[in-house]
This record gives sequence, structure tokens and C-alpha cells, in this order.
Amino acid sequence: MGLRIVVFLAVLVVVTGSPTVTIRPEAASEDTSAHPNSLPETAEETETPGQQKVSIVEELEEDVMATGKLNPNHYPAQRAAKVVQHYLNTRYGSPYRVFFLHRVHSGNAEDVADSGRKYQLEISVQDLISTNTEKCSAEVLFPGGEQQRSPHVQASCEELRKIDTKAQEEALYQQYKTNPSLLAAHLPDSYGHINPEMKPFWHLGAVASSFIMLNESTENTLFNMAQVANVTQLATENDQLRFDYHILLHEMVSQDIIHWKLQVSWSPSGGVKVLQMEQLPHCHHCEKPPNTN
Amino acid sequence: MKGLLAFFALFVAVLGKETFDGSFGLNNVWMGVTDVAVPVDVRVPFHSLQSIKIYLETQDIEYSIMIEDLQVMLDEEREEMEAAARVPQPRGTDSFDFSRYHTIDEIYSFQDMLVAENPNLVSKIVIGHSYEGRSLNVLKFSTGGTSRPAIWIDTGIHSREWVTQASGTWFAKKIVTDYGRDPALTNILDKMDIFLEIVTNPDGYHFTHNNNRMWRKTRKPNPGSRCDGVDPNRNWDAGFGGPGASGNPCSETYRGPKAHSESEVKSIVDFVKSHGNFKAFISIHSYSQMLLYPYGYTRTPVRDRDELHALAKKAITDLASLYGTRYKYGSIINTIYQASGGTIDWTYNQGIKYSYTFELRDTGRYGFVLPANQIIPTAEETWLALMAIMNHTVRNPY
Repeated sequence: MGLRIVVFLAVLVVVTGSPTVTIRPEAASEDTSAHPNSLPETAEETETPGQQKVSIVEELEEDVMATGKLNPNHYPAQRAAKVVQHYLNTRYGSPYRVFFLHRVHSGNAEDVADSGRKYQLEISVQDLISTNTEKCSAEVLFPGGEQQRSPHVQASCEELRKIDTKAQEEALYQQYKTNPSLLAAHLPDSYGHINPEMKPFWHLGAVASSFIMLNESTENTLFNMAQVANVTQLATENDQLRFDYHILLHEMVSQDIIHWKLQVSWSPSGGVKVLQMEQLPHCHHCEKPPNTN
Repeated sequence: MKGLLAFFALFVAVLGKETFDGSFGLNNVWMGVTDVAVPVDVRVPFHSLQSIKIYLETQDIEYSIMIEDLQVMLDEEREEMEAAARVPQPRGTDSFDFSRYHTIDEIYSFQDMLVAENPNLVSKIVIGHSYEGRSLNVLKFSTGGTSRPAIWIDTGIHSREWVTQASGTWFAKKIVTDYGRDPALTNILDKMDIFLEIVTNPDGYHFTHNNNRMWRKTRKPNPGSRCDGVDPNRNWDAGFGGPGASGNPCSETYRGPKAHSESEVKSIVDFVKSHGNFKAFISIHSYSQMLLYPYGYTRTPVRDRDELHALAKKAITDLASLYGTRYKYGSIINTIYQASGGTIDWTYNQGIKYSYTFELRDTGRYGFVLPANQIIPTAEETWLALMAIMNHTVRNPY
């Protein structure tokens, strides 16, 4: 039986030319812990509240589409958790409130109907401005099917503590409402620098980007906003400040830099809305956006 | 003209530096006509703006505005350049500002100064040349011997990852400072040599300063394609051609026409093979805060997985001890993504057991444009992890 498996696997390698087939003919009979969904080791948390300790997680054997309990430090849980970050920013973000994924504590993945994939996650997010961290429980559903559709997210966080950003938001709003004159480029610049007066517009860009990043996310992507290329203020309409943003997103798996133009509205009461969005070609020297395998 | 799907992009220059005679001359065309359905870039003086727009609209020619006000951009750029010019050239490596990002010329000068200041410890080896003819410089730190077992460190193989070249520069200074002062580093250098290539992709690095801050690949043109460059971390002969890299020249992970097609890669391959005695190989990238060991191209674990995993855990624990920076660790394929043709998969398969890749700060908040005030903290904490790996290497000869 062992020899037959070896021959079969050897044929498979020859036929597909793929180096990824693992030939372990003895494993099936001998190795009782080899089931891809079982966990030989568990994660140890050594962090105690209030102290800075490093969490030590042992590496787990994983199947290709990780299912069951996930290693929180490996990419499947990390990518799903990033989607939760984008979702929270679309719901709660503002020029003075931007969330960032801080840590994944635990995760679980399963196949669901119509080739969808559902993740359950315990994560922490950090408010970049107040630096408070909060714990969240979340569920991310990546729908299956032929067309790529946006993930669905549900999340409940401890408090999403209302740090009072109202005064700052009002002040910013008033400052730019009557004289719509903002024009800025390269936030941050090549050296990572942002003028303090421009930071709220960097934050606003990050929140607006989150709508795109949320829409575009799959199990095979991980998005961050790389840079605000430029931002121009348009005339105020319906008491909402309005801006044209040209934003660069970085997608980690393909390593692509993706250009988007967004029209964004904001007011303290209206929140952040993306009114129009358009992906720009990769570079205007190229005929079409690059395909990534 | 109506049927022509030419698609104009406009620059608008308000109060531009040049004078205009009212006619729309050819010197305002920034990217000329090459083909139907390929955009043309045009700079429009402010007083012509309305009439140009009306013309395009009545002719049914689509356009979009790429730059609202060219003057604003030019003013900003001039300010930046003037600020840079005000910085005096350092007289020696002691007055080199490690807390700023530097141009390739500044880094190459630094290398020469470091050698001149430490002739008994440091030498510079040119292992080859980039596509555009820039020298590929490697600093060799050695206290003698012939072909001692060696440690390799490279930074900047992906040019947009600026914190890595900046850290590499800091590591070079750190080594000469600590030799004779720090017992652990002194012990390492008494037994082994360290080779450090700071600007591993000089053409790309130059391009990030002068054209596109987000450029990753080499700068070699791809015949038959409008897109340039090969991903030097998909160009190595390990799992080459398999999933985890792209065959499309326009892709950021384009593997290249064949393994080692890029001189930036081939030069290292040839150097490592002819040296024949490397025991550790560390390739440094950003961002994600990870310490990774092979493989990227396959889920098959490396034979030395347990040792590499334990050493990675030690290294990131040491790293975190300084500023609390949290790193993830594991094999490339499990921790970040499948990647074929990668550097450390090749080096490991050459028998260099302690093969590691770092992804430095941060985790995406600033990403590639990490603020300069984080350079030194990043370099300092990373150095602790490097010391853990180098210490283990010197204590575990094989």
C-alpha cells in the first residue's frame, strides 16, 4: 500500500510539475497526530495585563485552507482580522478616530454554504489617536461563488469608548466649512512626515480608504493604505465638507500599489461617506491593470 | 476625432513659471501620442483651461485631471530639495545622521568613509553591477583568517523598503563601534566574518528617490512589455516557476524570464557559491514585523524546522525587550504567504542552515513610508535579534 501511494504521488508530481506535493507514505499509518485539523500544541498567552510581555505561540500544522482553530499569528486569521479593522473604520472612523488591528487573540474558520468561508475572531484594535486598545469579538463571512463579493462583518467591541472627539471635530469642520481651500499632497511624504495640521486629513483618507479596502478584501488579500497622494477640497454641499482624494493602497499578497480616486463627504454629525470611487489604472503607460496570478 | 477614444489627462499650471504666448504649443504635451486608446498627458496653462475643457467636451474626448495645480507641486518639491541641500556633507561616519533617510550617493560615501576609518576591520567588495551600471557594494567585516565561516546580511533588495537600507547603514556603524567593546560581537568577529550589502537594489533605490517612491523591483526593461523590472525576491532558483510568483512583467512579484536573470541576484549567487563558507544568511525587508524562515515555495517543513523555530522565538523575544515591538514568526508560507523563487529558500537549499528573512516595522500604519524618527529604534531592536542569530551561529558550528 505504501509503495502504491509513493507511485501515485510520484505520478502526480510528474503530471502537475508542482513541487508542493508532500510524499510521506508512512505518515498515514504511523503518525496519529497528522490530521490537518488537529492541534498538537496550543497557544500560550504569557501576557499579563498592564505589562509588556511577548505572547508565545507554537506553530501549528495547517492545511491549505485553514479550518478549525487557527494560529492567530499566521496569515489566515490575520487577513480576516484586518477586514474587521476596515469595517470598524467605516462605521466609527473620523478625522480624529482611526482604528488599527492590534492583535489577534484567537480565531476559527469553517466552510459554509455556497463555498463561503466564515471566520470567528477575538481581536484587539487600537485607536491610533487616543492609543486606547479595545477587545472585539467578530465574525467575518467571505461569500463564495463565481463573482468576487465583499465580505460581511459583524463585530462587537468592549466599549468603543467614546473619547470625546466632538470638540476637535467641530473645530475642524468650522475651519474648513466657510473657506473650502484644502489642497495637500503626499500624506505622509517619502520620509514618513506629515504636517500636524494635515494629520486629520490623513486620518480621513484612511477612513475613506477603509470603505474600499473592506469591499475589495478576500481571504487572499491584506490591504493597508500606503499614502494619500493628494487631497483637494471641493465646495461644501448639504453642510458636508467634501473632498477629492487620490489614495494609494498597498495589497500585501500581490504587493500591488493600487490607485483609487474617492469623493468623500464628512461632517461631525454626518460621519464619513464615500460618494464616488474609481480605481485608476496601474500606470498610464500600461495598457491595462496588471494581472496577478 | 470624435470616434477617437483618446483620453487626455490635464495638468493645470496656475501662475506657471513660464510665460505663455496664448497658443498651445507642443512643449505642453508631456506624454505624446503613441497609439489610439493610449492616454496623452498635457499641461494646460491656467488661462487656456476653460477653452481646452470646452474643446475636449464638445469633441467627446474623455479627460481627467491628474494634477490640479502644478505650481503647488513644484513649490513643494523645490522646498524639499533646498532643505536637502542645506544639510552639510558629513566629515566622517561619526557625524552621519542615522535618523534620516539618505540618497544612494550619501550611503555609498558613508561606506567609503567607514572603510577609510577602519581599515583593519572593514573592506568594500564590489560583487557586480546593477542593470543600470551601479556598483553592488558589500562591506566585509573581518579580523583576519582566510575564508572564515561567514554571516551574510542584506538590506534594500526591495527598494521602497527604506527603513531597511537605513538600518543597514546603522548596523555597519554598530559593528565597528562594538568590536572590542561588546564581548559577544567581539567573539563573533574573532571567529567569523560578516558581509553586509546595504543597497542591494541600487537602481530601484535611485528610482524611489527620483520617480516613484513605491517602486519595488529592479529596473531592467522587459522585452515586449511596457512594464519594467523583476522582483528580486522571486528571481532565485528555488521553486522557480511555481505558484507564489507571477509570470506577468507588470506584476510586482514578476519572477523574471529565468532564475538569476537579474544581475543584482546573480552577483550574490556567484559570490556565495564561490565563497563556499556561509553559515548564516539574513535578508531584510519591511514591513509586517515578522521573522521568517524557509520555505516560502512549499508547505513541506525544512529539516531544521524545530531549531530555526526555537531560534526565531529567542530572537524576537530579544527584539521585543527593547521597545515592546511585537513580531510574528514562522515559516514564510505559513506566516505571510506563498512565495516562490525567494532568497532564503535558495540559500537554505545551498546548505546555509540559518537562513532568515526579517520584515521590519511597522504593521501597515505608515508601511513603506515609516517616519524617520523610527529608523534608529527599529535598527536598535533588530540588532538584538541579529545578535541572537549570530550568537547561535557562532556557538553551533556545522
